Amino acid sequence: MRALVVIGAGASGMAAAISAHDSGVKDILIIERGPEMGGILTQCIHSGFGLHTFHEELTGPEYADRFQKEVLKRGIDVLLNTTVLEIDSHFIRYINSTGIYEEECQAIVLAMGSRERARGALNIPGERPAGIFSAGTAQHLMNLDGCRIGKKVVILGSGDIGLIMARRLTLEGSHVLAVVEIMPYSGGLKRNIVQCLEDFSIPLYLSHTITEIKGKKRVEGVAVSPVDENLQPLPDRSFDIPCDTLLLSVGLLPENELTKKAGAELSSTGGPVVDDSYETSLPGVFAAGNVLHIHDLVDYVSQEAEEAGRNAARYILSGECDEACIPVVPGHGVRYAVPQFISRTGKDALIKFRIAKPMRNAVISLISDGRIIKRMRKKVVSPGEMERVSVQKSLIDSELKLEVAENDET
Amino acid sequence: MMKRELVCIGCPLGCALQVEADGGKILSVSGNSCPKGDEYARQEVLAPKRTLTASVRTECGSKRCISVKTVPEIPKDKIFPVMEIIHTLSVRPPISIGDVIVHNITGTGSDLVATSAFPS
Amino acid sequence: MMDYDVIVIGGGVTGTAIAWYLARYDIKVLLLEKECELCEGASKANSGIAHSGYDPEPGTLKASLNVRGSRMLHSLASLLDLDYMQNGAMVLAFSDSDLKKLEKLKERGSANGVSYSEMLSKDEVLRRERNVSKDVKAALFFPTSAIICPFSLVYAFAENAAVNGVEVRTSAPVTGIEKRRDGFVIHSDDLSFASRSVVNAAGIYADRISAMVVPEYFSLTPRRGEYVLLDKTEGFVTSTLFRTPAELGKGVLVTPTVHGNILVGPDCIETGEKDNTATVSKGLAAVMESGRKSVPELNYRTIITSFSGVRAHPDGNDFIIDMPCPGFFNAAGIESPGLTASPAIGEMAGSMVAEYLKAKKKNNYIETRKKIVRASSLSPEKLNDLIATNPGYGRIVCRCESVSEGEIVEAVRRGAVTLDGVKRRVRAGMGRCQGGFCTPLLLDILSRELNVKKEMLGKKGPGSEVLV
Repeated sequence: MRALVVIGAGASGMAAAISAHDSGVKDILIIERGPEMGGILTQCIHSGFGLHTFHEELTGPEYADRFQKEVLKRGIDVLLNTTVLEIDSHFIRYINSTGIYEEECQAIVLAMGSRERARGALNIPGERPAGIFSAGTAQHLMNLDGCRIGKKVVILGSGDIGLIMARRLTLEGSHVLAVVEIMPYSGGLKRNIVQCLEDFSIPLYLSHTITEIKGKKRVEGVAVSPVDENLQPLPDRSFDIPCDTLLLSVGLLPENELTKKAGAELSSTGGPVVDDSYETSLPGVFAAGNVLHIHDLVDYVSQEAEEAGRNAARYILSGECDEACIPVVPGHGVRYAVPQFISRTGKDALIKFRIAKPMRNAVISLISDGRIIKRMRKKVVSPGEMERVSVQKSLIDSELKLEVAENDET
Repeated sequence: MMKRELVCIGCPLGCALQVEADGGKILSVSGNSCPKGDEYARQEVLAPKRTLTASVRTECGSKRCISVKTVPEIPKDKIFPVMEIIHTLSVRPPISIGDVIVHNITGTGSDLVATSAFPS
Repeated sequence: MMDYDVIVIGGGVTGTAIAWYLARYDIKVLLLEKECELCEGASKANSGIAHSGYDPEPGTLKASLNVRGSRMLHSLASLLDLDYMQNGAMVLAFSDSDLKKLEKLKERGSANGVSYSEMLSKDEVLRRERNVSKDVKAALFFPTSAIICPFSLVYAFAENAAVNGVEVRTSAPVTGIEKRRDGFVIHSDDLSFASRSVVNAAGIYADRISAMVVPEYFSLTPRRGEYVLLDKTEGFVTSTLFRTPAELGKGVLVTPTVHGNILVGPDCIETGEKDNTATVSKGLAAVMESGRKSVPELNYRTIITSFSGVRAHPDGNDFIIDMPCPGFFNAAGIESPGLTASPAIGEMAGSMVAEYLKAKKKNNYIETRKKIVRASSLSPEKLNDLIATNPGYGRIVCRCESVSEGEIVEAVRRGAVTLDGVKRRVRAGMGRCQGGFCTPLLLDILSRELNVKKEMLGKKGPGSEVLV
């Protein structure tokens, strides 16, 4: 019997394993389906990682390498090129080119990360030609395989991956004709708008969407249409952009097929419901990183996973299991909040949440049973950024609600 | 005198900066919430610089590409000349993170440095 | 000197079924397909239903071949190792006039020889299918209705035909047919093949092929049908759910697929264009709305893809299976229930050809075919044995559908040359991420196995290269 199995050797898996090890659990196995540790970081060759953790700007592979070294230093077992097929509370089945294996374990940390929303989720009409890529697929092909994916490219979605790929494609000689964003604001960081689009004079069409994909064999163009305030396309103002490639950067979804199959309760984030120790509804199964909810910065993924790893170790060593009885409820202006429950154990709880729309001079209120127990002001908030707030547990009665509102007075 | 509006890229806040400059001299920076904003605005107006990251092909082995970056940042207008050099490169193992692939690339004074490893 | 006894034009379900049937005779058979993969036309974009046969007008070929085909598929499922499951179909009635129509359908079913159907009360419908709209009044249940992976049927026919000596040529469009005294010469770009007889199973283009031999014999109207495919949701619906039929086709159905997804569609639009398989937002919206009338809880946020296919609607509304001139056979106008009817069409057209050729049966005919092993469906013991002989079966390439490298390599060995060809054979890239994760890996494997540069690889043949 294994003490701890960590599924995934990306940013969260590595951090969880390291902290579990440092908390006294030595018998750890990390299972990674890719050929190396690092997960998606290995293809994120741009810089901007690790400012919080290492106080310097690293590229994705460098950030991953720092954690990989720590994993190796501790002698933690890692299986690469191995896919987990099934989990249960204290059981795991996995497969690789040497066979299929079953193992009992005391605890599991889910760190499978996320996947990209595909064309189907948007239901864009048209033929089904070659030349439609999700941004991450394009990133893999270009950065890891050295391939060129298209000459004339339109990008749908202005999240950070889309912006970064706009620059990357331009550097590799592709002509990025437009970045099209359905919302009236970009989902990406400001610095990426400047460094990835403005530096290269790539037009950003806000409040626009793609309403048709043209071309039967390879993409030949897209129809772009402005949208009204309800995000509905205005077809009479639609225009065509001829191109051979369409990149979709329309959001990430926590990858939770294993979690779902195991019967864990899922939340509106697409990730499992967890308490503030990051334990899911399955005893001994913890989750952290993008598998739980989509993060904006990898530093926060690592921090969250460290916490999950520590709690998994505590669970293994002491059998302790906190009863998480206080529900955390996203109120007005809040899209979701993680964790969904907090326990009475410990002093503070860290709540992560995303707001519903961009605001200036925002007031974030934490409310317990109708009573405001904490209030914070922020100059700018945006749905693209994950917000974090710490709350003293002793102030909470039976429920914690989060609200965000624009403060008109200032 | 010249006035420029910038968005600070120093942190996620993205402050709207106003810069007044006269020739090669910065007269004033406003709109920033911290000293980083002031520093960024001055550099961005006088001599904008960027970290360039890219992939370099390998000649053989299990990895097709390694990733690289320029250290320190290169002038913004050198991005494409440096990319041209990068496109001509191919590397062999062993490579460790931090290895210099090209010294003083296109005379920028910056080195092209490996950001991923390629053990032999 | 003739190269072949018979050439079958078209590598869809009709052409491959005819080739499959002809393969039992001691004759030389060639199958020509214009695309670089089989199963490219309507055969790849349909409902995937083996209909029981209540719907077609009694006395038509559609009716008799549907019922015969449905029975044949039931036994072929194991012989040819098809992805097939008899799940039963319900025709849902939502109004009094629907109820009257159901009575008529029941009669029509028995006239067609559908031996069993059952009228279900509202409560019984909802007991069996908890997600059907509460507005349902009753339903007519056909237990012999089944779901089938249409790709699996085409590849099964083709692979069994090939193992019995049928030659299959892809990327071979028929550009002209010359009638000779003793047969035909078929031109395919700069190649030509002489044959004693020809079968036209060219799908939506069958009218053009026919016109090369018999001018103005029939024409086909393209009718597009659009679908949305939803992610797997176990037990959401179990039977195939039809609405009481209106004028055109059988209306929008909601059905589980044999692989556990939910399929909603089709609509029916006359576009006038044979090769227009684009989806349109209005059509998709209508399909989705219609589906929700039967099953209100359909979660369209889980759509993983949408697609459309073109039905080859014949003037006379019935299948055209005949010999308009000696040695030239049509199997045309094969719209719904063409997939179900395919083995019966193969049998009928094949028998006509065999009779014309006075062909004799072979004595070394191989009746069975095995599909590509799905690693994820094996018991751990069997899978371990398989991995011991071929480690590729332990390397999962497509995570959404759990497809191993061993399966992909086998798909290539059986003829896949494109990403779509791999996808249809082993489902790599068919799942919820639609190839997001596995496309780079598939390109590597295809490039290695086919020994071609990655830049040459297409989603669906020349002109659809993935890397540009």
